[in-house]
Amino acid sequence: MRPAGRGDTDSLYFTYPHFDAPADRDALSNPAPIAIVGAGPIGMTAALGLAREGVRSVMFGAKPTFNEGSRAICIARSSLYIFERIGAVAPFLEKALGWTTGRSFYRGSQILEFEMPDSAQEKYRPMYNLQQQYIEQFLWDAVKRNPLIETRWQSTVEAAEDTPGGVRLKVQDPHGSYTIDAAYVLAADGARSQIRKMRGLRLKGENYEGRYVIADVQMPHDYPTIRRALFDPDCRRGATILIHKQPDNIWRIDYQLADGEDEAHAMNEGTVRASVTAVLTEIGYDGEWELEWWSIYSANTLALDDYRDGRIFFIGDSAHIVPIFGVRGLNNGLADAHNIAWKLAWVMQGKAGEALLDSYTPERRGATLDVFANATKSARFMTPPTRGWQVMRDAALNLALSHPFAGHLANPRQMTPYTYADSPIVVEDDASFSGGAPAGAILPDALIGDAHLSDHLGDAFSLIVFDQALAKAIDLPDVAVIVLDTGSKAAKILSAGPSSAYLVRPDLHIAARWFEATPEAIKSGLTHAIAGVERHDPK
Amino acid sequence: MTPSDLERVYGALAEHIDAVGPAKSELFLSKLALLTAREIGDARRVLTLLDEARLNIDAAD
Ligand SMILES: Cc1cc2nc3c(=O)[nH]c(=O)nc-3n(C[C@H](O)[C@H](O)[C@H](O)COP(=O)(O)OP(=O)(O)OC[C@H]3O[C@@H](n4cnc5c(N)ncnc54)[C@H](O)[C@@H]3O)c2cc1C
Repeated sequence: MRPAGRGDTDSLYFTYPHFDAPADRDALSNPAPIAIVGAGPIGMTAALGLAREGVRSVMFGAKPTFNEGSRAICIARSSLYIFERIGAVAPFLEKALGWTTGRSFYRGSQILEFEMPDSAQEKYRPMYNLQQQYIEQFLWDAVKRNPLIETRWQSTVEAAEDTPGGVRLKVQDPHGSYTIDAAYVLAADGARSQIRKMRGLRLKGENYEGRYVIADVQMPHDYPTIRRALFDPDCRRGATILIHKQPDNIWRIDYQLADGEDEAHAMNEGTVRASVTAVLTEIGYDGEWELEWWSIYSANTLALDDYRDGRIFFIGDSAHIVPIFGVRGLNNGLADAHNIAWKLAWVMQGKAGEALLDSYTPERRGATLDVFANATKSARFMTPPTRGWQVMRDAALNLALSHPFAGHLANPRQMTPYTYADSPIVVEDDASFSGGAPAGAILPDALIGDAHLSDHLGDAFSLIVFDQALAKAIDLPDVAVIVLDTGSKAAKILSAGPSSAYLVRPDLHIAARWFEATPEAIKSGLTHAIAGVERHDPK
Repeated sequence: MTPSDLERVYGALAEHIDAVGPAKSELFLSKLALLTAREIGDARRVLTLLDEARLNIDAAD
């Protein structure tokens, strides 16, 4: 919502673009290899991921512009790698505010300062703050210049029916209604997914009690980019408040509503202004501020049982709703898009077996369930569900005033990417390693001279080895071989011996690793990672 | 810990519970539990103690 007199997209600092519906009907392609329903951040990321693999797509967006309001603002390190892989990272690095530190306060006193893991070996900071409309803008800038993506705005998909070789969509736009056939469909149509409903599917899980108002204000507040959490503050006894800095002098204030508090009343402009004023007083800011946008949400952990329905794949909020503690709504969806994009492309191009697509649900739904487990832990601290949790939370906070160890119970443990250990296409981890990153995990980064390990990776699979002879014995299509020094920092981070090897997928997850690798093992590892298709050297 | 040591701790607990008052005694005891757990430094041992403290809890009805 926005203050009285301002429209949905009437922002203090951002100009929402206006997109027309396609006018030249004859120029619309039909059929399409892939149709993407929804032009939000996840749909656009999927389109870019497919285009990167050389696959064309048609993307439908119901509205004439981006999502209104700044919504998701925390972008995790792993998402920066995704933006890099799809050729969109530069504007993010220029505009977003990177951060590593969080501070928690109990009744006005600081009880915890935590640092998220970061070092010179890392290419990106653990977290970046950026309003969602910029996220969408930067993705759109990349989509717009990509000839493989055809975007149709103001185009609502109203039906999705199976055909022998794909799915037929019915599309409505201001000029009329038509059908289009696609071999596969990506449903990126958000939390209220119509595709999900049309297919008779339901999200399952739990709703939590806590409700939060999120308000963005513009003010020249002098404080570094540090996440602040206020527990039981004077301005709102019993509540938890989160404060985040964003670019353009915008500050995000999330405050918890009390149990009996009326939602409609809480959402009144006057109530929001009074609540924000009280928070600002609490943090010692008494200057000018302007109200930009506000909204309300409650914490849910909901997901589809299966992210795949025939030739339709659900990605982003259409597949799962996660609580925002731990900032995974958007980041989790970006990883969905990145995961399905290369798999779909490889299957369509005959480079991988059909079964590759069956790895999407276990990998990405597994990640969501992991998010749920972590979010449940955070929620218990942020919004204690029972008296027992409340008593212990209050004890921990109170004890933390004198004993910092207790403050660590308030550490939100921000997102660490999920390890696809149980995936059907990940080779069981080699137990001979005494460290490094296990099979299924995201490849850790490391400095190599002035560049990073991730800069050396190939476009498709990459094989990291530490022995020239082993490198020479490998000649597999779509596998870039990278030879590193056994004494290098990277070797140490990967706990690699002289004949070790890491096989890395296009989405930067480790497909397999061997402490003592042989060319045969590597070859069969690759076959496993692309679901059974034996690749022959084209030479 | 000698019987008289234990008696001293027992008495001090009683006095502290009285001093913080009924509204705060639960908070006080929970803080103490966290502090003591950390001193013991062995999560499994502490969890066993939790079970032991629960034994016969209804006999107090
Ligand atoms: C008010 C609000 C506040 C939020 N705050 C946070 C936050 O603080 N932190 C956080 O991590 N996350 C937050 N989120 C969640 C975050 O915004 C989402 O996780 C993210 O937008 C998901 O992206 P998506 O592309 O999956 O879906 P969406 O961004 O919802 O995009 C779906 C797109 O599909 C289009 N569409 C829908 N139906 C059709 C159809 N039938 N045909 C064609 N197009 C269609 C819509 O117009 C929309 O553009 C918030 C969400 C909301 C609504």
